[in-house]
Amino acid sequence: MAIETLILGAGQEVGKSCVVVNINGKRIMFDCGMHMGVLDHRRYPNFSLISPTGDFDSVLSCIIITHFHLDHLGALVYFTEVCGFRGPIYMTYPTKALAPLMLEDYRRVMSERRGEEEQFNSDHIAECMKKVIAVDLRQTIQVDGDLQIRAYYAGHVLGAAMFHAKVGDSEMVYTGDYNMTPDRHLGAAQINRLQLDLLITESTYGTTIRDSKYAREKEFLDAVHKCVSAGGKVLIPTFGLGRAQELCILLDDYWERMNLKVPIYFSAGLTKQANVYYKMLINWTSQRIKDSYPTHNAFDFKNVCKYERSVLDAPGPCVLFASPGMISGGLSLEVFKRWAPFENTLVALPGYCLPGTVGNILMSKPPKIELDPNTQIDVRCQVHQLAFSPHTDSKGIMDLIKFLSPKHVVLVHGEKPKMVSLKEKIQTTMGIPCYHPANNETVSVPSTGYVKAQASDAFMERCLKPNFKLHKCSSEELSIKTLSDKNIVPELQVINEKAALVIVEDKSKKLKVVHSDEVLVLLGEKKTED
Amino acid sequence: MGILGLPLLTRMKGFSAKIYATEVSARLGELVMRDLVSMHGELKQFYGPMVADFPEWMRKEEVEKIPSALREIILGKDGAELGGLMPLYSEADVNDCVLRIQKLKYAEEACYNGTLVIKAFSSGLEMGSCNWILDGPKGVIAYLSNSSFISSQATAFDYQSLQGTDALLYSDFSTLSSTEDDEDEENQSVQLDDKLPPSSHALVQLYGNTKEDSEEMEKLAFICSCTIECIKGGGSVFIPINQLGIFLQLLEEVSKAIDASAMKVPIYIISSVAEDLLAYLNIVPEWLSRQRQERLFDGEPLFDHVKLLEDKKIHVLPNIHSDKFWMHSHEPFIVFCPHWSLRLGPIVHLLQHWRKDSKSLLILEGMVDPQLALLPFKPMVMKVLQCHFQSGIGLRRVRPLLETLQPKTLLFPEEFRSHISFPSKKFHSVLFYTEGETSKVSCKDGSELKIPATPASNFYWNTFKEQEISLAKLNGELVVENGRYRLLLDNNEKNSNGRTNSVPNLEKLLATFTNLGINASVEHQKMNSESQIPCVIHTQEPYKAVMEIGTSGVVITTAAENVASHLYKALDSVLKGN
Repeated sequence: MAIETLILGAGQEVGKSCVVVNINGKRIMFDCGMHMGVLDHRRYPNFSLISPTGDFDSVLSCIIITHFHLDHLGALVYFTEVCGFRGPIYMTYPTKALAPLMLEDYRRVMSERRGEEEQFNSDHIAECMKKVIAVDLRQTIQVDGDLQIRAYYAGHVLGAAMFHAKVGDSEMVYTGDYNMTPDRHLGAAQINRLQLDLLITESTYGTTIRDSKYAREKEFLDAVHKCVSAGGKVLIPTFGLGRAQELCILLDDYWERMNLKVPIYFSAGLTKQANVYYKMLINWTSQRIKDSYPTHNAFDFKNVCKYERSVLDAPGPCVLFASPGMISGGLSLEVFKRWAPFENTLVALPGYCLPGTVGNILMSKPPKIELDPNTQIDVRCQVHQLAFSPHTDSKGIMDLIKFLSPKHVVLVHGEKPKMVSLKEKIQTTMGIPCYHPANNETVSVPSTGYVKAQASDAFMERCLKPNFKLHKCSSEELSIKTLSDKNIVPELQVINEKAALVIVEDKSKKLKVVHSDEVLVLLGEKKTED
Repeated sequence: MGILGLPLLTRMKGFSAKIYATEVSARLGELVMRDLVSMHGELKQFYGPMVADFPEWMRKEEVEKIPSALREIILGKDGAELGGLMPLYSEADVNDCVLRIQKLKYAEEACYNGTLVIKAFSSGLEMGSCNWILDGPKGVIAYLSNSSFISSQATAFDYQSLQGTDALLYSDFSTLSSTEDDEDEENQSVQLDDKLPPSSHALVQLYGNTKEDSEEMEKLAFICSCTIECIKGGGSVFIPINQLGIFLQLLEEVSKAIDASAMKVPIYIISSVAEDLLAYLNIVPEWLSRQRQERLFDGEPLFDHVKLLEDKKIHVLPNIHSDKFWMHSHEPFIVFCPHWSLRLGPIVHLLQHWRKDSKSLLILEGMVDPQLALLPFKPMVMKVLQCHFQSGIGLRRVRPLLETLQPKTLLFPEEFRSHISFPSKKFHSVLFYTEGETSKVSCKDGSELKIPATPASNFYWNTFKEQEISLAKLNGELVVENGRYRLLLDNNEKNSNGRTNSVPNLEKLLATFTNLGINASVEHQKMNSESQIPCVIHTQEPYKAVMEIGTSGVVITTAAENVASHLYKALDSVLKGN
């Protein structure tokens, strides 16, 4: 028996996560993401590799989405509504609640701003979400008679989950993105000890070891504080979901402690809407936030003021969260154009910026940025890059692997050189076979199989209530060393009892486990029957 | 609420049992227990601190003075129950109790001691309420408590997960109190019996009937119209809180009705835990019905009360001593408050104050003996409306449900034996249980054991042709995990014992035979040939036999029975290395 892993996306790269795993004949798609940095057909996973005929219903048992980021979710509507997959889709409650917001925002940006032909429309999103079955953490979900799945808390973003899948005796975990240390608004990833044949883990920061998050947070807060106390404006270009809430909790807390009165604005309606969801889903946040509920819901921000366009040109300091992230267009670009020429402006980049975006160029701190041949922006502002990320670092990855001790590891969602070095480390320090397949490659690993046997009561009794003399050899009561005192040690006997007629095929062989004392009785009984 | 007595147990010295409950049951239970303690605290404040452990009235001479009806309630029929009364727990007891509970999600697997996997499945009755599955190596047991097919707030009744168990303990005792209109329904189901195949019949009975659903809605609508009428007449409405789900539904329906009638009437919720409770309900979307969950996905608060609180249409007060309440109490209002028994909490004071107001209305829900409950408030001129909402499966659905669940053994309360018949063709075995008696359920012999497939295919088998069995001797460890047994084979031992190489040492074997006085000759075959038999041994004296020694076993062919066993013993001794 084997587990086959087909990598459709995020193989030796970050973007369009999509892995199809075949466990004992059950095929599960983990994540159905899109690549944000690519605009042609390569932005979606190559679904034809699952089924060349396009009949996905008969070859896929289900889709599991780990969290609401577009690189894990973006291709889902395309796959269900355009490619026509009609099977069940599983995601956690927060992911199901927030996914439509993400998809709708993406669709709008694509069709309205870039004037692209629509890949899917709002109705498609609604139709797709109807097929989604929401799950809670640690619930054992029976997808069908053989396939069982279970979600575990992953940190990273609200509702992010690692998924455990089990078919027969074969078990595996797909992590999605996760964080092994708690942050401002989310807890750390949590999983049970499991008997895994395969672990598929992200490896974004496969070679980085980060120091204390609090020091990094302090750097950010100090930079913001310095800027606003000098009367400057702070621009935080970020998407309205996830990161915005985390940073806002951080700032709101800090504002309270330092008694600051500088206004904080959220540009997008999306964020406000998102906060409504966050308030209901507070059980999915960090312990600290859960504990402070219901006296104060951390997502009722005290220092956030109502945003109007006039604040862009209003004098005096302020902090503005503007979407989209990476300053790739929209309001964040507009504000950037306006504020960048001033020395007392601070641009805080909270996350990874894809090559080609203004955010990415800005990281090299150039004096001028050329947007197009007619537009140049003088960059005199300060730039702060946030050094904390909702991904686990390499220590976290190693800790998780050590904890789960799977028989095999597959790395996805990372850059190739980092994967290679992480793979080496896993194989040498833990001796676990590790793979880092590229997109469209398949990795096959063997899986555990068991044969079932019927154990007699006498045998179980002997095993469960060992003779006190066995105590000294503890769990090794059955090992060879004690074979000499045969009378005390329960020995195992497996009896392969063929069916009464010899012609009966091998399939009907039943295994029976009895205690050695019973063997003679068994043989004797058979004899008398003859 | 099946959790309210728990602190009485957990505060006992030496109590150490593991406690499982769903997250929401534990949290809601905690809130209700806190409320109980706070209401009880008020009583204690009024009557002064107790000198002894027990209050005055429990003394024998005082008990004698109690009216006989009450005395029977307190003492029980034979006077034995007085000793069972104990002082209420304290806040510290509640805290300690809640900390000990292992909180679960629906369908989460909790493993007790490696051998028992425990799972909770929604019973549809209230948020967090559940039925249990206990899965052990000897079989699967289901515990079915009060469940509801019509749940407007809580996650729907997940009866599918209780299907096909080895034993099912039926424990929904609400069935007894809802026997009124069941006679004719029973007849109907009998008629249906022959026309439909059993399973579809059962499903029709479970699903097809929305009559109960609409009945419950009608009851709600009636209560709302009575409330509006009462308010219009210048009276106030008092609703003691009993079932949480009903309270929430009433709260929403009544406020809708008030909005529709364009009146402005304040709604009060008076309880020490009301604020926490209402806030908590808005953060548990995972535990709610499908309709409620849709609100989450639409980005709306889960319950109307969030908006109503914001709009100041409902007011939450921790206790009755609030100016906010009394300042406006001369005008009509609606109040929800504990305790449904009318013996504790704000409702006692409110009734004392308003019982002589003929315009006002008291709505009692699920009260077994209203006459007795209202006794302390006599004479009483305020109107009283009594209602019952379903709090269980309902007698009509019991049999179809049990037919669908198909347990191998059904354990059913003796009290209901006369209400339901169990035709033997549909039920394998039915045991009737009574309080205080142990029922024994037989279970299958032996336990299932898992052996890793790869070594299992390489076992060295001793075949006993005549008995048609093969034996293999193994050493290993028995592991118990998640209620399943697994055999971890000792690999080193196998190698050192030469078991993997199943071909016996020929020299040794022949030597052994010589020792036993057996004359044997070896016929070698080419190892690379197609044949599965590496060698064949012929014995002539004193017995004639052929031994085919293969990689997976040895076949002894002989005319006499005792010869085979003789040869086998010799072979076995060589294999064991003796």
